[in-house]
Amino acid sequence: MTLPVDTILVLVILTGFLILGTVRLHTAIRLCAIQGVAIGLLPVAAAGEGTSLRVVLLGLFIIALKGVAFPRLLRRAIRESATSGEMQPYVGSTASIVVGILALIAAFWIDSRLSFLPDTHSLVAPVAFFTIIVGLFLIVARKLAITQVIGYLILENGIYVFGLAIALEVPVIVELGVLLDMFVAVFVMGIAIFRINREFNHMDSDQLRNLKG
Amino acid sequence: MNALRFLPLVSGLVLAPFLLGVVNRVKASFAGRTGQPLLQAYFDLAKLLRKGAVYSRTTTWVFRAGPVVGLAAVLTALMLLPAGRHAPAAWSFTGDLFLLAYCLGLVRFLTVLAALDTGSAFEGMGASREVQFSALAEPALLVSLAALARLTGGLGLTDITAGLDAASWEAAGPALALVALALGVVFLAENSRIPVDDPNTHLELTMIHEVMILDHSGPDLAFILYGAALKFWILGALIVNVGISWIGGPAAVSLPAFFAGMLLVAVGVGVVESVMARFRLLKVPRMLWVGVALSVLAFTLVGRFTA
Repeated sequence: MTLPVDTILVLVILTGFLILGTVRLHTAIRLCAIQGVAIGLLPVAAAGEGTSLRVVLLGLFIIALKGVAFPRLLRRAIRESATSGEMQPYVGSTASIVVGILALIAAFWIDSRLSFLPDTHSLVAPVAFFTIIVGLFLIVARKLAITQVIGYLILENGIYVFGLAIALEVPVIVELGVLLDMFVAVFVMGIAIFRINREFNHMDSDQLRNLKG
Repeated sequence: MNALRFLPLVSGLVLAPFLLGVVNRVKASFAGRTGQPLLQAYFDLAKLLRKGAVYSRTTTWVFRAGPVVGLAAVLTALMLLPAGRHAPAAWSFTGDLFLLAYCLGLVRFLTVLAALDTGSAFEGMGASREVQFSALAEPALLVSLAALARLTGGLGLTDITAGLDAASWEAAGPALALVALALGVVFLAENSRIPVDDPNTHLELTMIHEVMILDHSGPDLAFILYGAALKFWILGALIVNVGISWIGGPAAVSLPAFFAGMLLVAVGVGVVESVMARFRLLKVPRMLWVGVALSVLAFTLVGRFTA
């Protein structure tokens, strides 16, 4: 429970709200990258005085992946699919922010019901729940396939923060395994979006139920 | 101490129009112009007070009461306002933050009534927008104040301001920063500033606040302009009181810090107005909802930090 950790967690919540509020894909990707960098700084800030080389390297790896590599992959997918750059939401951006406020309240409520977490007054667990809910909401409430990738990334950020709430020290091999999984997932999704777009001339997941033949 | 009690009230009454001059100067220097004199708002008020008022035959007493009661409500709100930790408000009691919020609400209500009383279609449109936006700004303002009250344990504005210090920034810094941000959103919306409304526009279709006061003239208009300047001062002072609370020291430090903060707010508004365009009307509710979200977040965070 230190000031740097709290500040980073608040930054994670703010980026969550802003992603809900934006309609532009490029803004969403940039916000997703900012959130990734914040997540990468989190273990370093949480370790505080006892920062080991391992933690710093892990943080750097997360920042490189979530802050640089993923945004680049997503931007390339947008460029190649030539979309309008708008999200085409089912739920409008204003309503999404209201959903975000409800999600925040729900996250704090869930946290108050859970008794197995080590530090009950910490912000980490509610932020994790909030980020997970935001990620899930983005996946179901946006049409374009690429926003679902963004939602997935945010969901994963939330799960990572939740891992931090349960145990500060996760074996580095597990972390690296998860990150590698994500990298492959985003890579595959990027290719899938490209293929969807080439086959159907759009990447609107709402219309994917129609067969092409 | 007794002399300091009236300092926030008197300084607000005297200096509020000056801040509008500062905003204008900043905007002028961004645009490469010399700009109006810094005291232009005072000249305008003096000029308007010397003129007579014209009343349309379709209006009733509501139209005439609007500016007078509006100014009275703003003055009441100003009396509740402290200026930093060492200058308590002229009048304070437990729960006065609600009176402040709803005095400002009363001003808005009367402006809207007076606008509707004229029967002009444009003024009705402006009234509808004003009500829509302020309905969203009000929860942000109240939840922000509630977060401050929860943090300091005081329910009056003077208690809250006296309770905020460097220690509370250490304990709940992010929450206080969020409160300041949320109050900033409320400040821009309530004062009809860019990006919510453009105080300089004179195209009826795009105006919000200005369109509602088109039919007022003479002393009535002076009352409204002066009331708007005071509202600018009040909401700005709320932000400044949060923003300067980390500065310790005696009154000789906190008072200059307060006035420097107010000047900074005016300069900030000038910069925002110079570098930003106003939002499309559809985007304004979204910005206000973000303000509500910020204040709710601050409120929940305060609960965490003080638990």
